[in-house]
Amino acid sequence: MRDVAIVAFAQTRHTGHDTGLTEPELIGPVIGEVKERTGLKRFGFTCSGSCDYLAGAPFSFVSALDALAAWPPISESHVEMDGAWALYEAWVRLQHGDIDSALVYGFGKSSLGDLRTIMTLQLDPYYLAPLGLDQLSYAALQANAAGADRAELDQIVRRSRADGRRNPYALDLPDPEGEDVAVRPLKATDVPPITDGAAAIVLAAGDLASRLCPRPAYIRGIAHRTEPHYLGMRDLARSDSAADAARAAGVGKGPVEVAELHAQFPHEEIILREALGLRDDTEINPSGGPLAANPVMATGLIRIGEAARRVHDGAARRTVGHATSGPCLQQNLVTVLEA
Amino acid sequence: MGNRCAVIGIGQTRYRSRRTDMSIAGLVREAALRALEDAGLTFKDIDAVVIGKAPDLFEGVMMPESYLADALGAAGKPMMRVHTAGSVGGSTALVGASLIQGGVHERVLVVAFEKQSESNATWALSTHLPFSASLVVGAGGYFAPHIREYMRTSGAPDHIGTLVAVKDRLNALKNPYAHLRIPGIDRAMVESTPMLWEPIRYLETCPSSDGACAMVLSSEGAITGTPAWVHGTAMRSEPIFRAGRDTVSPQAGKDCAADVYRQAGISDPRRDIDVAEVYVPFSWYEPMWLENLGFAAEGEGWKLTESGATALDGDIPWNASGGVLSSNPIGASGLIRFAEAALQVRGTAGEHQVDGARTALGHAYGGGSQFFAMWIVGRDKP
Repeated sequence: MRDVAIVAFAQTRHTGHDTGLTEPELIGPVIGEVKERTGLKRFGFTCSGSCDYLAGAPFSFVSALDALAAWPPISESHVEMDGAWALYEAWVRLQHGDIDSALVYGFGKSSLGDLRTIMTLQLDPYYLAPLGLDQLSYAALQANAAGADRAELDQIVRRSRADGRRNPYALDLPDPEGEDVAVRPLKATDVPPITDGAAAIVLAAGDLASRLCPRPAYIRGIAHRTEPHYLGMRDLARSDSAADAARAAGVGKGPVEVAELHAQFPHEEIILREALGLRDDTEINPSGGPLAANPVMATGLIRIGEAARRVHDGAARRTVGHATSGPCLQQNLVTVLEA
Repeated sequence: MGNRCAVIGIGQTRYRSRRTDMSIAGLVREAALRALEDAGLTFKDIDAVVIGKAPDLFEGVMMPESYLADALGAAGKPMMRVHTAGSVGGSTALVGASLIQGGVHERVLVVAFEKQSESNATWALSTHLPFSASLVVGAGGYFAPHIREYMRTSGAPDHIGTLVAVKDRLNALKNPYAHLRIPGIDRAMVESTPMLWEPIRYLETCPSSDGACAMVLSSEGAITGTPAWVHGTAMRSEPIFRAGRDTVSPQAGKDCAADVYRQAGISDPRRDIDVAEVYVPFSWYEPMWLENLGFAAEGEGWKLTESGATALDGDIPWNASGGVLSSNPIGASGLIRFAEAALQVRGTAGEHQVDGARTALGHAYGGGSQFFAMWIVGRDKP
């Protein structure tokens, strides 16, 4: 495979409420930032990820093109998935060998609707959605199956929020306190915050990578897998698709210094750590992770960006970024980044 | 363009107003199984699945690839979901082809669908974001002014749209999968139907269909059956609100065509291409796209249509399948164009086969005439 690296990453200062910005206004500055950082004004390929259901209108990605100043017309595509899968599509496109750069972005404003209920519409419309199982209820089913120790879950939330407070882009959430129940066994503090935000990444191949960035984060492996949709057909205590993706991406070929995991609930972090085969010395979500900022449709892309940032700033030589989609970690993407 | 890629299996459902006999999963599975059967393969032989559809609001299922993973045999495999507005079917084929061309996979299943009977597409398309006034109803309301502008600048006579509406429905009578199969279709019948959006009459617009289309794409080393070789692929997008952009003949369409022609070694599309499946949801888009795609000079597209050149027995048949005007499961409509182009060069299009077709264009567009996806397929290895 051709060497492709992440050479720039930018994200919004995520907010826990609607600041009145439209989606193009949210995206504009982060696109501007990665263009300025790389000096690139045009890209061989552009790909984005977003979801119409967050905006409550069809074609929410169409006006995003206005933020790109896509003129003359650009070679561009869109996935109705987290921006991490847009990054995957761009990485594949760079493998063709005829272009050397790609712009990837993801965005979402989950403040606009009732995210917990909206996520119900992701379920089988005939047999599951009519049951009204919302996002917290099915996450609680998985938490129950995982059967994690309460103290460990509390510790994950405490660590994530503390790290988030040190991350200028994440939300400022207090140490978890109280025993309020969201949906048993999930506590209110186990629930990721409603967040608006966007992120952008520039990929570069070959010589261009080292010209644009002093320490490019090379994608040494990237893979994704899905698994059955029906919760009853899976062992919810584990994630086979994350484990398969991690094997295909080569996570176990070397030590992982930092892993940024798209774990929206603390029990998901435990399941993913095991699926990816991460050892105790791997630092998990130093950015605070989704429990400190969860701009849906950008959260996974931000994990990859944060994992790349550790390589860019010299803090680590080998990191892992992870993204998920679907109810209870149905679909998982894993990428290994190296200096 | 990377590694060679070929279409080795094609499957379509019959397009209908309502497939009440089928769930959404049943619909996509029917198309997928037919494509696999055509290729002589099973789900076990597939490395990855790429699925496309237009806005999720059409069926009320958010990100349905999650729910459809089981029906498409995707469990344990990579699965991606593409959405690029009306061009999505075309883009889905291109994302699938890219996985082969990039050397990532050997065989990819691409599927696109829409089950329009689950909702009302006209109203789903009329929804507008807060604070932006919606001045139009449905896609026809958006495109009608562009058609009027084309008629004004080209001086095309009023009956050209009628000719396309009749021609494509005559072709549909030869396509067993087509939704609108109207016996006795003629100009008088089209002209007797109500005006929906001046100048678009009822029979000059596409239907709302339920349906799915699937293709198996293969690397050179994994071919089974009859291949249709991919000779070129291209996508282009432009902003909807750019002041001064030409919405009648968009630059993105011209650039996309130039890119795909260059890859396929096409210098004169009318001469070098044998048959074209082009996204024509309203009859007037045939003459408009004839010009945008370089088959006719600016202002001359309607003359080509009027001369009969684009009919099944003309020198450059357009939409031999009956096109979007005859079947429109929106998210699948682009993929059907790409699949019909492949059927033609494989020589397996049946009654609507264009004799001796060796090179074909598949085309899709979407949004406010701003997203374009195209490919050229050929009988010969590139």
